[in-house]
Formats: sequence, structure tokens, C-alpha cells
Amino acid sequence: MKVQVHVSLKPGVLDPQGRAIHHALEGLGFDGVADVRVGREIALEVADDTSDEALDEMCRKLLANTVIENYRVEKLS
Amino acid sequence: MAFTAGVITFPGSNCDRDMAVAIEQVSGKAPLRIWHGDAELPDNIDFVAVPGGFSYGDYLRSGAMAANSPIMRSVIAAAERGVPVLGVCNGFQVLTEARLLPGALMRNAGIRFVCRTVPLVVENASSLFTQGYDKGQTIHIPVAHHDGNYFADEDVLARLEGEGRIAFRYGEAVNGSSCQIAGVLNEKGNVLGMMPHPERAIEPEQGSADGRALFQSVFEALAVA
Repeated sequence: MKVQVHVSLKPGVLDPQGRAIHHALEGLGFDGVADVRVGREIALEVADDTSDEALDEMCRKLLANTVIENYRVEKLS
Repeated sequence: MAFTAGVITFPGSNCDRDMAVAIEQVSGKAPLRIWHGDAELPDNIDFVAVPGGFSYGDYLRSGAMAANSPIMRSVIAAAERGVPVLGVCNGFQVLTEARLLPGALMRNAGIRFVCRTVPLVVENASSLFTQGYDKGQTIHIPVAHHDGNYFADEDVLARLEGEGRIAFRYGEAVNGSSCQIAGVLNEKGNVLGMMPHPERAIEPEQGSADGRALFQSVFEALAVA
């Protein structure tokens, strides 16, 4: 089973990389960009019988740092 | 003064030797060098230092992989027994990822790697790591990091402040850290994480010897215990 884990910074957590990218987009002349936040996507290939609980535990224990990040698990197949 | 210190080395650690030299200079006894793949710290360990560097190439998040390496289970157990644990720079990142300390270290607010000697204000001069300083004293210690921007939510910051667990604050803007936090203690006061490198400020030839008192404090506390 293919699983996509989307990791994003929690709202309110300063994202200096996003801010720099935002600045660069403006420098390229793209107007109307209100905000940029950088996240991470992790593609997993796991056994078909992997439980939702196990996937959630992978996220909480390693893939995301829940102090600063939210995560979302998406099963692709 | 027959205590046993240990310095952990992960793949990508690069301040482990400096840490070992600093410990030997101050205590007179060379620390054990402990590899990340070792399953156990020695039973008689009295002090653990988690050094700076780029463990596992900062893959995933700084400190995230190292926090899950075999030796860290033993470091967490030692910290829970009350053994003093010092994490410097990447070591601080490892200790937050291992949840021995609250908060997280994020990318510097100015994006750039910061490498210079900075003023630090000693906020807590009664912990076993900081009793050699005076409260409010300004010391000078080098920083060298890309991810040193300390973040914790409002509740955690208020608790750290209220419980006197902010050990050091930057005396000038360095990396965007919440409340200018440079180093924090755990609840019991036996775990300290800090971004600045006290092990690089041991002899006047290094530009500052202000880091010496930190190691001295730990060894004096151990000698009394």
C-alpha cells in the first residue's frame, strides 16, 4: 500500500523558509501572494494490512514533531 | 573526584572531541566515548554530554534521527534516574526531539547560519550546571548553528519562565528564539540543553573561558553528591 504523509508547520509557528520564498516570489514579480508555508511530503510503501493506528504512531514518533508540526496521512492505494 | 563522564557520538557529530577535551581539562579525567549504536550506558555513568554537529546529516529534522538511536533509550533512562545530561547545539536539538526537554529548535529567523561569539545572560544560577555563575551575569560563548530558533507554545514558555527553567538568554538578537531563550532546563533540573558551545570557551586562547564554570559546576555538584 502506498501512503503519503503530509507534514506542515502548525499555524502561528514562524516559517522563515516560507517567508524567504514569499519574498523571492514577490521579487520575481508575482503579485497577490498572501503567504507561503513550507511543508514536507513523505511517501511510504507499507504492508497492506498496516493499521491506521500504526501509521499514526509512525507520524507521532518520528515523521512529524508534534510540538511544531501537524500531519495528515493519505492512503493512495 | 572519581566520577565517570561520557560523550555520545552519532554519525555526523563533530563537537564530540571538543566536548571530551573540555571535560578532561576541567575535571582532570577523560570521559568515555560512547557510540550511538551502543545499547547501554555504563551503570556507573555520572554525567552524559550530547555534543554538537549534524547527526545523521540533519535528515528529517535536526536531531530527529539521533533521538531515536539505540543509545538514547539509555540516556533517557539515565536522565530519569537523575544523572546530569548536557546537550549542546545539535545535542540540544536531540534532547528536544527525545522529549527530555520541551519545545523545538527551528530554522534561524534570519535564514542564515550564525557563527560568532554572543553574550548570554545567566538567568538561573542555582542549577547544577549554572551554580558557578551569578544570576544576571553576562558571559560570552560562541554559537554556530542554523536551527537554533527556540520555539515553544505560550503555556510552555510561561511555565519555563515561572519555574526558573530558562538557564540562559541571548543578550542580543541571534536567531529569533522565543523570549531570547538560549538554554533550558528540564523539570528536575538535571537536563540542560543550550545552543551556545561552552566546550569552545574553556581557555582564554579560545577567546573566552566563560564556559569553564559550567563544567566546573557539574563536577563540583558530582563531587558533593
